[in-house]
Amino acid sequence: MSALQTFFTVSGDAAAFLKMGGYAAYVWPAYAVFFIVLIADTVAPRVRRRRVLRELRARLARQQARQDRAGSNSTSTSPSL
Amino acid sequence: MSRPGLLTACIAMLRRDLTLAWRRRGDIAMPVLYALIVTMLFPFALGPEDTLLQRIAGGVVLVTVLLAMLLALDAMFSSDIEDGSLEQLVLAPQPLALMLGMKILAHWITTALPLIVIAPLMAAMLHLPGAVIPVLLLALLLATPLLSLLGAVLVALTAGTRRSGMLLALMLLPLCVPAVIFAAGAVAAAQQGLPWLAPISWLAAALVLAVVLAPLACAAALRIALDA
Amino acid sequence: MANWIPLWLHKLGSPPTFYRFAGMLRPWAMALALLLGAVALYGGLVLAPADYQQGDAYRIIFIHVPSAEMSMFVYAVMGVASFIALVWRIKLAEVVAMESAPIGAAFTFITLVTGSLWGKPMWGTWWTWDARLTSELVLLFLFLGVIGLFHAFEDRRQGARAAAFLAIIGIINVPIVHFSVNWWNTLHQGSTVNIFGKSKMSWDMLWPLLTMMLATKFYYAASLFNRVRTDLLALEGGKDWVRKIAEDEADR
Repeated sequence: MSALQTFFTVSGDAAAFLKMGGYAAYVWPAYAVFFIVLIADTVAPRVRRRRVLRELRARLARQQARQDRAGSNSTSTSPSL
Repeated sequence: MSRPGLLTACIAMLRRDLTLAWRRRGDIAMPVLYALIVTMLFPFALGPEDTLLQRIAGGVVLVTVLLAMLLALDAMFSSDIEDGSLEQLVLAPQPLALMLGMKILAHWITTALPLIVIAPLMAAMLHLPGAVIPVLLLALLLATPLLSLLGAVLVALTAGTRRSGMLLALMLLPLCVPAVIFAAGAVAAAQQGLPWLAPISWLAAALVLAVVLAPLACAAALRIALDA
Repeated sequence: MANWIPLWLHKLGSPPTFYRFAGMLRPWAMALALLLGAVALYGGLVLAPADYQQGDAYRIIFIHVPSAEMSMFVYAVMGVASFIALVWRIKLAEVVAMESAPIGAAFTFITLVTGSLWGKPMWGTWWTWDARLTSELVLLFLFLGVIGLFHAFEDRRQGARAAAFLAIIGIINVPIVHFSVNWWNTLHQGSTVNIFGKSKMSWDMLWPLLTMMLATKFYYAASLFNRVRTDLLALEGGKDWVRKIAEDEADR
């Protein structure tokens, strides 16, 4: 088969594939919803994890700062955490 | 002082709740007025054509009563939670499920019974044929306690949370779908002159099951919600 | 309490152990999900022939049926985890139940939308009130209700127990709804949706479908591991092992 014929066959197949026998308006949105929802489901926990760790570090830093202040002030009777 | 018998406790609980409701008897009118107004909206929305209204009458009355009860459900435990008497009830030696059953009964008497009384009026506003109204009343008599019992379990779950009434609706309405289907199915069957005993029997069976199980579930839900 | 529980299962219930275990397995689960998914999609979209009745529109089945099956599977897992959480109050069971709900909602949503998109060209309607579709819709409301109730509580553990209770109530309800809608359809002569009628599926169409079902299961595992790990960090925030992880990740 000549290269030109191969090209036309392949691109013809690609076009037919995209058309999905005329049902493209239904099939592709369906697949799009599938991927979009699952990608959102994958990404959301990651975002949350970063936020949780960030808040945790901030809280630890605040606790540490309070302990340092309490430790440096030798006459203070403030309770340690 | 000897501990009062179980029957005495039940009657006391019932009397207490009914007395409290009677002291706020303006509140009893609210669901009734709501139901009437909503029923009135349908002819305005759909046009006064008799045949159309007749077809939807049974379903509209049922759904309207359901929504009116939903609005009133929130109040089942709220005042008792606020003044702490619900926690006292949980700690009391009487079986919690039985006491809650009495509370649910009192709530049904004060919210659903008035709605059932005006149901014929609502049905007449929508031109439901007179022969069907007894079936409608029977369906309501069986479906509304079912709704009260299921609703009580869910209200107990959300006791004391900062939740909106919408959350309760979201949780309760899917649970009510079978009750609505069978109640409306009975009315529709009666309207078409078909036998309506089967769906009514299903409703009755569900009600019996709920009467036994829902107070127990309500007690368990309350314990989860109140014990932090 | 329960001497029959093997030691490794007992250890797995401990948050730091599960955190490590899930962290190890998650990349593998995700890799398998993606690989099997790619294979299934290639088989379904490219290799499988067009259906003689439905043309190419039937290819929606390769995501619709696995999603429907997953919505049921997640609902079952959530039910079992909820039961364990209520009876034995195991923290991990609470977390698994609560984190399964959003994943289940996602799959149920996909099922409803793809089903609707398939229904329109095939049976001429976007929606019909038959037992299966209605039960799927009620299932979506159940997942959303569990999520909503869980977030209504200040105390996460109490919220998890309340939502677990709701999940179990809902689980009893969904078959009841299915049954009652079936009955209602006989009264109103509603139409029932039949996927392939009386014809059996050919192997060309069946293997991509089965592969995709397997792929979605691995995806659920991967997503669940991810979510549970994050939840455990939030829940156990005061503990040393969490502190160590927070500090390690700051350095990266």
